[in-house]
Amino acid sequence: MKESVVTVKNLVKHYGKVKAVDGISFSVKQGEIFGIVGPNGAGKTTTIECIAAMQEYDSGIIDVLGLDPAAGSLSIKQRIGLQQQESEIPDRLRLREAMLLFSSLYSRVLDWRLLLKQLDLWDKKDTFYSALSGGQKKRFFVAMALIGDPEVVFLDELTSGLDPQARRSVWELVRYLRNQGRTVVLSTHYMDEAEKLCDRVAVIHNGKLAALDTPSSLISRYGGYTKVCFDFDDKFDQGVLSGVNGIESRVIENGLCTLEVSERHAIVEIVKSLDAADQGLVSFRIEAPTLEDVFLNITGREVRD
Amino acid sequence: MIRSTAAVTKWEFILFLREPSAFFFTMVFPLLMMLLFSSMWGNEPFPGEAYGYVDFSVPAFMGMVMATGGIMSLTTSIAAYREKGILKRFRATPVSPAAILIGQFASVLAVTVAGVVLLLAVGFAFYSLHFMGNIFEFVLAFLLSACSISAMGFIPASLVSTARSGVVAANILYFPMLFLSGAALPWFMLPDFLKKVSLVFPLTHAIKLMQGVWLGGSLSDYPVQLAVLAGFVVIGLFVSIRHFRWV
Repeated sequence: MKESVVTVKNLVKHYGKVKAVDGISFSVKQGEIFGIVGPNGAGKTTTIECIAAMQEYDSGIIDVLGLDPAAGSLSIKQRIGLQQQESEIPDRLRLREAMLLFSSLYSRVLDWRLLLKQLDLWDKKDTFYSALSGGQKKRFFVAMALIGDPEVVFLDELTSGLDPQARRSVWELVRYLRNQGRTVVLSTHYMDEAEKLCDRVAVIHNGKLAALDTPSSLISRYGGYTKVCFDFDDKFDQGVLSGVNGIESRVIENGLCTLEVSERHAIVEIVKSLDAADQGLVSFRIEAPTLEDVFLNITGREVRD
Repeated sequence: MIRSTAAVTKWEFILFLREPSAFFFTMVFPLLMMLLFSSMWGNEPFPGEAYGYVDFSVPAFMGMVMATGGIMSLTTSIAAYREKGILKRFRATPVSPAAILIGQFASVLAVTVAGVVLLLAVGFAFYSLHFMGNIFEFVLAFLLSACSISAMGFIPASLVSTARSGVVAANILYFPMLFLSGAALPWFMLPDFLKKVSLVFPLTHAIKLMQGVWLGGSLSDYPVQLAVLAGFVVIGLFVSIRHFRWV
């Protein structure tokens, strides 16, 4: 069992009368990639900012690397890195200059040249910050989060607004950070990202911790049934499936049949039955539940602001 | 702390030089004012005096440099930093608020010194300025004045939260101060009522002090001005440390 680098106990934070974080507890182990997911306004950013000594919190206990962010915030900031959603640097600062400026704020730093090269920004080192594209700015904010050689890196919705290639390169980077022995705490809106990248995922809903486990455990617990889908034509006799055990639900819409099955054996039976009836096998597919299903099942399917 | 303060100072100074409007109004505009007024009045010594119009006005134009840097640039730039989230980015690092404040303050001071050196270089080269005071005392008067004006600028800079309100606050302070303190117009020309009003501005006292020392007076002749300027430094520091906000 690895030691915890971040421990949060009963964290509570209000903005005025609104309870943004309502008694959240969890701990992050050394060297893991820890994901925080939740709808907009669930309290993800507030939680991260309280841990990263960016906000005062109302009650609860936070321990980061043995330090209390409320009391010793500057010494914590020497040892962590934070990539924020909404922050900027001056427009007319060149990347090289910003790296030099931010390097001088930490007592221990990484080589900024290497960082810019790793983040594919070396060609831009003499470019003004304002001239960067959205994806380049995001990458540069990762560089600033890493410049202080942090033990724990917080990435707040790092991949929002990035194209699929850029997202994948960020995933590579996150794994690389972990392989270097750093602990990564990230929040995201993308469930595929959390599922592929994170060792453990916390689902936050209305300021509370709704679930916390590995992606696969969350899926098996909250993901629901596996779905079997296939197209059929007018001649299809639904009766051919009546002998199959383990079909929990059946929805037929626009020539598409979707079945929810509760046991693996049912899938084999369905295939056999369809094959015998010469139906639906061209479009036949199995959809295992994903973290997205976990998310929707836990946080509800209604649209929020 | 020293290293981070020095870095903030250095890069703020460089950023200032890259901001065309701030550069123009701090470095070039007071120079143009000096050229304009001296082309109208010349620098021939006044009857019975050893100094002329430009000698009399140079401390006023120095005051203009201070006000433009210390009120206008400082307030608008810190307000914009706050609104855009630049202060928030600094907050994620181990830099202390004091290092940010001192760095901003020092860079404004450096800008003011640069503007004044330029002004004096042109003045001595083309208008044969007559400096009649004690150089050491004048430097002290200048530094106290510059610190006092910037400290005043930190009050609105600490209180406003958006770039727009920063510009409004800066303008409300800057323009009355510029015209009433003697920086843009000779103070003695003001009606008595406005002379009284002008005493609320540190710039009025700064210009009076610098003019006095420039023309041969001694610091000890100006206890009121020294006290008022020092008072503004204390109030400005108190408000900015007490009320500094990252967001």
